[in-house]
Amino acid sequence: MNERTAALGGVALKKPTIEAQESHGTEAAALPEKISVRNLHFYYGESLALKNIALPVYEKKVTALIGPSGCGKSTLLRVFNRMYDLYPKQRAEGEVWFDGENILAQRQDLNLLRARIGMVFQKPTPFPMSIYDNIAFGIRLYERLPKSEMDDRVESSLKRAALWDEVKDKLHSSGLGLSGGQQQRLCIARTIAVRPEVVLLDEPTSALDPIATAKIEELIYQLKSDYTIVIVTHNMQQAARVADYTAFMYLGELVEFGQTQQVFTRPKETRTEDYITGRFG
Amino acid sequence: MNAAIYRRRRWRNRAVMTLASAAAMSGLLVLFLILGTLLVKGVGSLSPAVFTQMTPPPGSAGGLLNAIYGSIVVTLVGTLLGAPVGILAGTYLAEFGRDTRLATVVRFINDVLLSAPSIVIGLFVYTVMVVRMGHFSAWAGGVALALLVLPVVVRTSEDMLRLVPDSMREASAALGSPRWVVILKVAYRAARAGIITGVLLAVARIAGETAPLLFTMLNNQFMSTDMNAPMANLPVVIFQFALSPYKDWQALAWCGALIITAAVLALNIVARALSVARTGSES
Repeated sequence: MNERTAALGGVALKKPTIEAQESHGTEAAALPEKISVRNLHFYYGESLALKNIALPVYEKKVTALIGPSGCGKSTLLRVFNRMYDLYPKQRAEGEVWFDGENILAQRQDLNLLRARIGMVFQKPTPFPMSIYDNIAFGIRLYERLPKSEMDDRVESSLKRAALWDEVKDKLHSSGLGLSGGQQQRLCIARTIAVRPEVVLLDEPTSALDPIATAKIEELIYQLKSDYTIVIVTHNMQQAARVADYTAFMYLGELVEFGQTQQVFTRPKETRTEDYITGRFG
Repeated sequence: MNAAIYRRRRWRNRAVMTLASAAAMSGLLVLFLILGTLLVKGVGSLSPAVFTQMTPPPGSAGGLLNAIYGSIVVTLVGTLLGAPVGILAGTYLAEFGRDTRLATVVRFINDVLLSAPSIVIGLFVYTVMVVRMGHFSAWAGGVALALLVLPVVVRTSEDMLRLVPDSMREASAALGSPRWVVILKVAYRAARAGIITGVLLAVARIAGETAPLLFTMLNNQFMSTDMNAPMANLPVVIFQFALSPYKDWQALAWCGALIITAAVLALNIVARALSVARTGSES
């Protein structure tokens, strides 16, 4: 990890100055920003999907992106690991600073970036291979580990994702045979096995039942000590439960950002208040 | 509810159902007639000699060994030349080209090739290989068959890769996989059974092709392993023996037809079993 950071540091441009985010609360100003979004615009072909977004993502905190369907929250999330780059008609303008470099810069190595900023998707996406190989897949991309060390990594990743006890006797059977909730935890284990710094979660529980959802939320809470987490969710209670900071987006704009408690109890914008009290969306 | 309308609809349903069933049965009937005829006429001359002796001159005993050998060789050559190119082209269409102009053109040309009469392929290879080299050869036969394998494999490979959801590719990329790892380790893996099925179906298709071999590989009365010379093969032997006036040749032709049909049927069953295994594991 250190080597990788150093390799990326070589192409670092200027470090952005951490400005006090006015109106984000007094505590916020003191926290280190893992990711800082400035003047971000995003286009699907001709249509503008994100308008002038500015947002801090604080280190080792959980930031929730909420808002009605189509507001751009998933789009914003997919900018952080440049997932949109897989599709030729999508493009972003502006700046997204991550550890002192603008990840929107042309010279950004996308594979290294994605190894440092992991992502878990709405629908569980286990690969058509064994549970063990699902976890080892990402590790093998960047590290050559002897068998025993690999076994340890797989085990610790599965433990971290609270899945170990359920799968330890069938590590070499297909990942497709797991239940939906288990598959999603497998995907989380696979993501953290690569030891990323940031984990992006795109509605990770919307395809799961309440019990599986509770497990994932518990897991997010546990992961916060080591990872910076950004979660997109449709479920406002979920945002209130797991997030330290919440950003409310509407029609491609960032309407309000602040500590979760403040956003939910004393929103500054009427649009935020209307949304969280269920008047629309 | 109007009872008259309902009765009429029910009557119509029965009529169409009867017609559809009859059509399905007649298709099956033809298949079983073919299989039955082949069995009745071919089984009689099926003996160990068929697999151990060469094609005989009229009036003497013999078998089909040289033709069976030639068919296996030329089918292998055709598959080994055609399938890899086909899989790579299918990969381009599904993974890289997608909706680009080039991909659209390639796809269209591939469809044309897919429906090109095999005799045209035979004539084409005759012109570019046999005439230039000055003689018929097993290589020319293999190339002709490869041209028949190619479009089938391109089509099935693309279709099977397209069935792999993009979310799988995104998930792989999200771990930091370069493009080639995404394709090689995830997309191919998910589409593997389907791609193999496509190749097997292509093999089944070329195993019985006669026209392209008539102009390229010709035939050989003797056992030959020289790829640069004409070589015996089952379809052309069947063609010549069946048209001959000699009873013993005709019997061997029936026997050869039975062997090809059994081989093709077996390939189809394997392909079918593989695709069932694929859909089974996806659920």
